[in-house]
This record gives sequence, C-alpha cells and structure tokens, in this order.
Amino acid sequence: MVLAPREGRGRALPRGSFVAALLFLLTALCGAARADEATKPDPFADIATTTADIEARGVLALAVSGSPRAAPVIAALRDGKLFAWKWPRPDTPLFIKTDSGYVDARTGDTVDAPAPVNLRKVIVSDAVRGAIETAEGALDLFSQDPAARRKSAEALYQSADPGALALIDKALAEETDPAVTRVLREARAASLLKSDSGSEADRLAAVKELAARADLQTRNLLASLQGQPPTVASAVSSAINDIDHTLQLWGLAENVYYGISLGAVLLLAATGLAITFGVMGVINMAHGEIVMVGAYTTFVVQRLIAAFAPALDQFGLLFAIPAAFLVAGLLGVLIERTLIRFLYGRPLETLLATWGLSLILQQAVRSIFGPTNQDVSSPPWMSGALQLGGLTLTVNRLWIILFALLVLGALMAALRWGGLGRSIRAVTQNRRMAAAMGIRTPVIDALTFGLGSGIAGIAGVALSQIDNVSPNLGQNYIIDSFIVVVVGGVGNLWGTLLGAMILGIVDKFVEPFAGAVLAKILVLIFLILFIQRRPRGLFPLKGRVAEA
Amino acid sequence: MFRDKLTTITLGCILGGALLLAALNLLTPGASAAHVPGFVISLVGKYLCYAILALAIDLVWGYAGILTLGHGAFFALGGYCMGMYLMREIGARGVYANPILPDFMVFIGWKELPWYWQGFNHFWFALPMTMLVPALLAFGFGWFAFRSRVSGVYLSIITQALTYALMLAFFRNDMGFGGNNGMTDFKDIVGIPLNSEATSAGLMLISAVVLAAAFLLARAMTRSRFGKVLIAVRDAESRTRFLGYRPESYKLVVWVLSAMIAGIGGALYVPQVGIINPSEFAPGNSIEAVIWVAVGGRGTLAGAILGAVLVNLGKTWLTSALPEVWLFAIGGLFILVTLLLPRGIIGLFAARSTTAGAEAEPGAAAAKSAAREIAG
Repeated sequence: MVLAPREGRGRALPRGSFVAALLFLLTALCGAARADEATKPDPFADIATTTADIEARGVLALAVSGSPRAAPVIAALRDGKLFAWKWPRPDTPLFIKTDSGYVDARTGDTVDAPAPVNLRKVIVSDAVRGAIETAEGALDLFSQDPAARRKSAEALYQSADPGALALIDKALAEETDPAVTRVLREARAASLLKSDSGSEADRLAAVKELAARADLQTRNLLASLQGQPPTVASAVSSAINDIDHTLQLWGLAENVYYGISLGAVLLLAATGLAITFGVMGVINMAHGEIVMVGAYTTFVVQRLIAAFAPALDQFGLLFAIPAAFLVAGLLGVLIERTLIRFLYGRPLETLLATWGLSLILQQAVRSIFGPTNQDVSSPPWMSGALQLGGLTLTVNRLWIILFALLVLGALMAALRWGGLGRSIRAVTQNRRMAAAMGIRTPVIDALTFGLGSGIAGIAGVALSQIDNVSPNLGQNYIIDSFIVVVVGGVGNLWGTLLGAMILGIVDKFVEPFAGAVLAKILVLIFLILFIQRRPRGLFPLKGRVAEA
Repeated sequence: MFRDKLTTITLGCILGGALLLAALNLLTPGASAAHVPGFVISLVGKYLCYAILALAIDLVWGYAGILTLGHGAFFALGGYCMGMYLMREIGARGVYANPILPDFMVFIGWKELPWYWQGFNHFWFALPMTMLVPALLAFGFGWFAFRSRVSGVYLSIITQALTYALMLAFFRNDMGFGGNNGMTDFKDIVGIPLNSEATSAGLMLISAVVLAAAFLLARAMTRSRFGKVLIAVRDAESRTRFLGYRPESYKLVVWVLSAMIAGIGGALYVPQVGIINPSEFAPGNSIEAVIWVAVGGRGTLAGAILGAVLVNLGKTWLTSALPEVWLFAIGGLFILVTLLLPRGIIGLFAARSTTAGAEAEPGAAAAKSAAREIAG
C-alpha cells in the first residue's frame, strides 16, 4: 500500500522522439562509442553549441551520463543561468551563474568572474526545452531517492520505447531497490516487445513479465503488439485473457468496496433508527432530520473552533462527534417527552406526527441557516487515497466505513453490557416486569429515544463529510434507512449491519448495468418483493419477544 | 333527500357551491362586485380534484385501515394519462410542428411514437386509461401486498417507496414522459380551447359532479354489506378471517377502486393546472394528502372533502402571504391533529350532535381499534 496524494500527478513524462534521441545517444555512449574513447562526444561541448539539435543531444547525453554535475547543469540551463564562452575555444568552457558569481559547469568549482563581454547565455529553444524535460525524467532514474527512480521507471514503462532498452539495462545494473527493479524489468519487457531485436525466448519471458503486472495499460500495450512470432503472439493473447480476468476480479472488488462504502453510509443513517424503530417500535419519520441536525452541529462546532481555537482546527470533527450526540440526543429526549409518548401503540399516528415534526425541523433549519448548502471542511487526515493493487480507496470513505462499524460496535457493547443498555433490553422484553423490578420505564423510554437520536446525530457528523449539508440532507436518507432496518429485521443490530451492506452492494452492482436512478428503482422493487416474502426481515425475532 | 344531514349538506355544498361560483364567474360583468375572477375558479377546480384524492384515501384508510403514503402515485398516473392525450391533441401546433410526436420527444431525437403512446390521441381511449392504469398498478401492488399480509406501518412504507420509485422513474428522459419537465403547453381538450374562462368553469363543474358521484359511490359502498366487512377487516383482521371472510380480497377491491378514483382526480387536475410533472409523485405530496383526511376526520368521507378544501385554502393563503410559515403550519397541523384531534373536524361535531353520528362513529372507533390491532 502506498499513500499517494490526491492531487498533483507526476511531471510530464518523457516520451516520443526525445526518449528515442536520448536512448540512441546512450547506445552510442555505452556501446560503439566506448570502443573509441577519442570520438566520444563531450556533452558539455554539445550543450555549448548554438545548434539546437546538437544542444538537445548534449542535454540528453549529460542526463544519462550519470555525472553528478548533470542535475545542476540542466537545472541551470532550464533557468537561463548557463553561460558559454562567446568565442571559439577548444575547451569550450561553461559557467553557471550563481548569486555570488560564477562556477565552472563541469566541476562545480567557483571561478573568477569572466568578463561579461566574453559570455553568451545558452539559448533554450523549444526543442531543447523538450530535451530538458525528458532529461530531468531520466535523471531521476539515477537519483538517490527510490520513489523518484520508480516514478521515472514508470514513465519509461508507459512510453514503452524500443530505444529505451540500453538505458534501462544500465539502470537495472545499478538498481538495488526491489520495487524499482521490478518496474524497470517491466519497462524493459515493454520496450523489448516493441523493438525489433530480442530472441523469441526473450520475448516470451517479456510477455510473462508483463502479464504479471495485469493492469489496463498493460492490456492495451499487449493488444497493440503486432508482427510477433506465432509463439509469442499466442502467449500475448493468452496473457491478454489473463489480464482481462484479473481486471474483472479487480472490478468486482472495486464494486464490492463501493458497495461497502455505500453500505456504511446507510448503516450510519440506519443505526439510530434501529434503536428508535427497531427496539422501541416508534416510526420516526423525523429521523433524517435528526441526522441533519447532527450535520449542522458539525458545521457550528467547526465555526466555533475556527473562531475561538484555530489551533484545533483539524480536530474539529472529534469535538463535533460528542457535540452532535448531545444535541441530537437532547432533541430526541425532548421529542419523546412532548410528542412520542402520547402516541405509543399508535404507529400510524406516530408516523404522521413525526412527519409533521420533520417538516418543522427542516423549515427551522432553513430559517436559521438559510436554504443553501453549508460549507463543512474535511480535515487533512481524511483526504487522499490509498492504492491497493488495482483498487483506489479514498481515505474519507475508509474512515466512514471504520466509523460506522465503530459506532455499531459501541452501541452493541452498550446495549449488552452497559447499565442503560440492560435497562433498555429489560423494558423492551417485558415492560411490566421491568417496572416491577424498579426500572422507571418512562425515563428509559426517553433515554432510549435519546440514544437512537444521538446516534443519528453522530451519523450526521460523518455524512457532513461526504454529502451536502443542507436542510434536505435528511430526506435523502430516511427511506433508505427504513429499508435497511426492515430488510435487516426489526430489533436486530446484526441484521441492520447485513441489511445495509446488502443494499449498498446490490445498489452498486446494479448501477453499472442500469444507471444510478434505475438502480434505485430496482432496489426499491427488490425491497417491495422482499417484504412480501419476508415481512419480518432477514432475521425475524423468535419466541416470546416476537409474539409480544 | 338522504336520511342523514351530513350527506345532504356535503352534496349541497359541492354541487351548489360549484354552480354558484360558475354562475358568478360567467354571468356577471367583470366590474361587478359579485364577479368571481377566473383564477378563483381554477383554484376551486384544483381543490375539488384534491378532494377526490382525499376521498380515495379516506376509503382505504378510514374504512380498510390501510394507511397509504403513496396515493399521489395513482393521482399522478391518472394525470399523466390525461397529459398524454392533451399532448397528442396539440398536434402540429407544437414548437417543432411535428403532427405525431410531442415536442419533448422531438427534442431528445426520437423518431417514432413509443407503443404505449398509441391510442392516446383519442379522448375516448385516454379517459378510461386514466382509471385503468392506476387500477392495474394498484391491483398488481395490492395483489402481492395483501396476499402476503403486509400490513400496518410496513405497508405504509412500501407505498411510500412505490411512489418514490415512480418519481425517480418518471424523472428519466428515456421513459418517454417528458423527464423532469413533464408535459405542459396544452392547447385544447376535445376541440375546446383550454385557456377560456368558460372551459375553466366547465372543468370545475365537471370536477364537482365527479366528486359528488365518487362521494355517493363511496358512501353506498361503505354502507353496504361489503363496507361492513371492510370495517370488520379494519378493526379486527384476524377475527374476520376466522369468521370465513377473505380480508385480502376485500382490501384488494377497495384498494383498486380507490386508485381509480384517485386516477380520475388526477385526470381532472391536469387540464385545470395545465402541467403534469414527476414532482406529483413526491412522497411528501401523498403524505400531505393523508393529513387532509386526518384534519377533516378519518372514516367519514365528508370529512376528507372538508379537510382537503380547508387545508389547501390555508396553503394557498399562507404560501403567498407568509411562505416561511407554511412548513411550520403544515408540520404543526400533523402533530396537533394526531395528538389532539384524532377524529378530525367532523368528529368534533359528531361528538356534540347525534344527528350526524351515523357516519362519524366508525371514524371514532377506528383510531383506537386499529391501533390495538397493530400494536397487538
């Protein structure tokens, strides 16, 4: 796994004729030219010429020479700080202008400032500028930083230039980092297959090497190969098949991940409902609006922190979680005491009354904060993406999956082992007996509803990170939440988890075939059929509780 | 005319009121103080269509205990059927002057009329369709839902999911119903131009007559043997089943009939407001329609009509005078009516005077026993 920044791709990749030129030169350097040292061209001299082609050739040659002076000289050339002797001289001196004076380009030693009248700035034409870009890419192939080397090797792989073979071989000989070596070998294989040289065995080995890489680019590369010997061609086509297979698997994994990610969002929205609707049997149509209140609490907390404690800015969300729990929880207790408690045992009336409440909450938020979306920021530790094989996982989604599971786990633990949890279960299972044991059932009712609402508020904190914080936030989740709770089975948190994941994954799998809207419709139809088949959910409660 | 006062009063109000308004609109000069302006007529026509929808909801909620949160879907489907006829009626007068294809189809590049648009150029075909299409959907839905004994809140939520799914579907352009713009720019109906005052008044009168007829039909139905079984199903479904009745069949019949009434309501609504689009399917609309019934008094028929008219009067006034307040008001109405006025306005009167009692009693008992049924 490699943490890659979300924005900022690598620099322009060396490709095309410059790579060819570079590698042609390199071949010259390492191969034939080596036999006759006398004819070895001096890259510095080439750079100092006034002919653009030769100058570009010099730049490239310098880049692959491995000379420690390559980087500063090329940088100086790019920045217009490289100066040559104006008049013909056999040793063609080159100087780099620094803040304090001049240094010799070849050695880096400080030299006495030559008279400006003798100096000529080395001109950078478009051709040379391209060569500089390519050269800087190749420079990285020999840099100290393995990440830079890897990037450069990737670039070579993508250009798959047949002329790159010699350069890659040189780099391979020096390379020590196994990851970079692998990329270099892949780059070598790609270049080899594109070139006319190489034995059949070499080619077969290259195909094998590439098949292991198995991404879309490799597939396209293999598919573009032509004029291969029959054995190689058949190896290529079977490699393409293999890659297609692997890609399909990755695509499947990606869909599952997106599904889980959507499922986690649904789970967050539905967990609170699993308490109020699942455990208490209260149809709370204002549930979505309580989620919205949580999201707005996040907004307010972020604003307060920005105003009073800017140092804590990136931890605003951590403060928002308890704040949202409290605000939404208190709101829930208030709703239970003033409204819900008069309507126990009358679910249809509860439905209508809480629907009315949801309209009031929406309008209240609209009146206070305005109808437009509020800007809730994401802390830096929640942005970015993880690369896992062929998968790109966005960090904020990962956090939400984790958070949803955490909330569910905490809630389960609280219900199982917590004092309030024990009372809640007691009241749910046998209200009169619980009352006889001294549990104040009305208080527990209020607290249970508060708990469910508080969790809805926490869900709002998470949703504020991925959705628009607007007065309509809740409406988007209410139907989905009910579907999750109903599919999972009322009063069963494991069922809620499974219901959310199933719905999320089904939704994401249907989406590519049918489009987002049709997927939604199909899920709803699925739900309608599902309720018909299993009116009590996936995990119906059994025994006395079910009959009560 | 009828033995109970409430029916007489209701019919008198609907028909008499509509006639009076139409006369004041058409027969008085524009400057006269007694003149009723045209917008009032179309507004009243709209209310009457809403009242038809409310009546349909009361039939299933008040008498069969099915709290539907998706009746707006049947209303909108009826409206769409009428809209399709009105679209075809435009003919070559559209922007693209295509004699067969409606403008929006030309716009998205369709070459032929899809099969489900065939026949809608005939009024005599479209009119029964406004009832048949909702009836078919209701039958399919009810067949599954009632046979597998989905009831109570679950049924409510899937009716809501149904209308939500339809809304999403109709928002799609390739459904062939105009996408999110829906259908509008209607020119005339059976050759009569829609933009004249006389047409508005005529449509309003027709709506009143249809409402009165639907009211009488519903009244006759709920007072028949069939209606008595229905009430028994509402109050104690299992017990009725044990007595040898098949509750699902009774529910299915009243459900389909109710959908047809809602459909014809929608069909009358579209030419009067001049537009139909997918937002009519919004779940919020359907739930709002339920509250009309609750305000007037559930299980009283007359109450549904009263509630629809009163709430919409309030809505018209509030949304223009104090738009900020409207959602607070309707929200508060939901809460207050369920908490303090479970029997609605009619129930309030029924408690005082015994003359109107015959109809109001089931409504009063409804809330309690239905609640017991669902809770138990």
